[in-house]
Amino acid sequence: MKNSKWPWLYIFLVYLFLYLPLIILIIFSFNEASSGTVWKGFSLKWYEKLFNSSALISGLVNSLIVGVSAATLVTIIGTLSAVTLFRFKFFGKNFIMSLLYILIMSPEIIMGISLLLLFKFLSMDLGFQTLLITHITLCLPFVMAVLFTRLANFDVHIIEAAKDLGANELQTFFHIILPSILPAVIAAWILSFTISMDDSICAFFTSGPQFEILPQKIYAMVRTGVKPEVNALSTLIFGASMLIIIIAQIMLRERKR
Amino acid sequence: MKERNLFHTVTIAVIVLWLLLFALIPNIIMFIVSFLEYDSQSFVKAVFTLENYKRFFTGAYFNIFLNSFKVAAIATFLCLIIGYPFAYILARSKSKYKGLLALLVVIPYWTSALIRTYAISYMLAANGLINTILIKIGIIDAPLSLLYTEGAIIFGFVYTLLPFMILPLYATIDKFDFRYIEAAQDLGASKLRTFYHIILPLTSPGIIAGTVLVFLPALGLFYIPSLLGGGKNIMVSNIIQEQFTSNVLQNWPLGSAASVLITVIMGIMIWAYYKSSKSFRTKVL
Repeated sequence: MKNSKWPWLYIFLVYLFLYLPLIILIIFSFNEASSGTVWKGFSLKWYEKLFNSSALISGLVNSLIVGVSAATLVTIIGTLSAVTLFRFKFFGKNFIMSLLYILIMSPEIIMGISLLLLFKFLSMDLGFQTLLITHITLCLPFVMAVLFTRLANFDVHIIEAAKDLGANELQTFFHIILPSILPAVIAAWILSFTISMDDSICAFFTSGPQFEILPQKIYAMVRTGVKPEVNALSTLIFGASMLIIIIAQIMLRERKR
Repeated sequence: MKERNLFHTVTIAVIVLWLLLFALIPNIIMFIVSFLEYDSQSFVKAVFTLENYKRFFTGAYFNIFLNSFKVAAIATFLCLIIGYPFAYILARSKSKYKGLLALLVVIPYWTSALIRTYAISYMLAANGLINTILIKIGIIDAPLSLLYTEGAIIFGFVYTLLPFMILPLYATIDKFDFRYIEAAQDLGASKLRTFYHIILPLTSPGIIAGTVLVFLPALGLFYIPSLLGGGKNIMVSNIIQEQFTSNVLQNWPLGSAASVLITVIMGIMIWAYYKSSKSFRTKVL
């Protein structure tokens, strides 16, 4: 690379493209003016408006409820089945694996409408339950993938040793297998929580008016134009996810030591 | 021995039932519904028809279908054009911050895609940043209508999906053995020839993976055309969304047919990816 400045200028421009829209959003969440990119002075009034907006707050609470429940349930189901699938060969194992593969590849819009058709077919009311089922299904292949990666390095002889020493199946699982795959289990939970909080497609189809989550509320608000309280909310969400990732990184580094 | 069997039977039963009930059966229902007749009273009438598919190959819906592919293809191509040099420079650099720089690509994606789409609409609006700057510099007098155009939709897709192109490209270029380039140049190949005959074929798995990862979501992310295209420029994902969420239309068989078509296209693309990466392995290595 002879003129080595130019490549870095290009890199910088791409970063600018990626970051500029978000930076503008964050800066103008503190703007006194209600719309546009004219700076009228620092103000926290949109944050105040956000905390008084019952629609956005209830959406956030619903998102958190379904996020925590879905992540917890899918991590339990996924961990147990990944361990069983890893340890034993049985009839239909390949079938399960290929269904998981199809699930991970299929676009969210297809998953959303196919589940909606199922729920209507079973005449279930759309709401918390249906959304929970959707998010567990959405996260399941990712949880399994994280755990399979971890289990690939697992020494099976430890299980045999535990068995020889008289441990039963539950003792083996809780005292031998679980402690050794715990980082992957935690990672799977965080990943599922993020996927659930992030889902702005499936929820539109499988959640009803009595249980709307944040993306649905935001979509309804911003369809009609700029809403500065959404800027404030986006800033808070961005800040929170940065914080979570930094904490997770520090925790991982501590574990490595 | 008995306890062991019970524990495994229960876990396997749970996962199998879950996948059958919530992954396989819904798709089968969708497939069946796509061949049934629309009924305004009960949404679906149990009469076999090919009418739903016919509508996507004729008239207005056909144009929307073609246009969706055009928009998704342009967005994918732009991601490749922007992402390839970026991934190449980053992967070849000897900077010790290389890993951190790659991570910087992902950070904006910690907010939801919906919020990022909103950020784009905020920037492209009549009184948004781009128009404000252009007027200040004096290039234009009145704000351009950037938002609610096909260009805005493409811009939104490129912005939202660029990392899905960059990351697989970065991963393949990072593994690339640069001694091949030296060898080609020692043998007298020009820069262009080296790129076309050595670098491009050897990084093609990354290009194909990135293309699949950008093109498929571009067909499904319905809120990007609806927030940035503003109702005039609709895509096939909007047709699906309208059939299943609005209170007026609700033609489920039509929406199902569109979804089956997208699934088929997805299947073909993944199959092509699988084939090409397989033939790549046997041909090159």
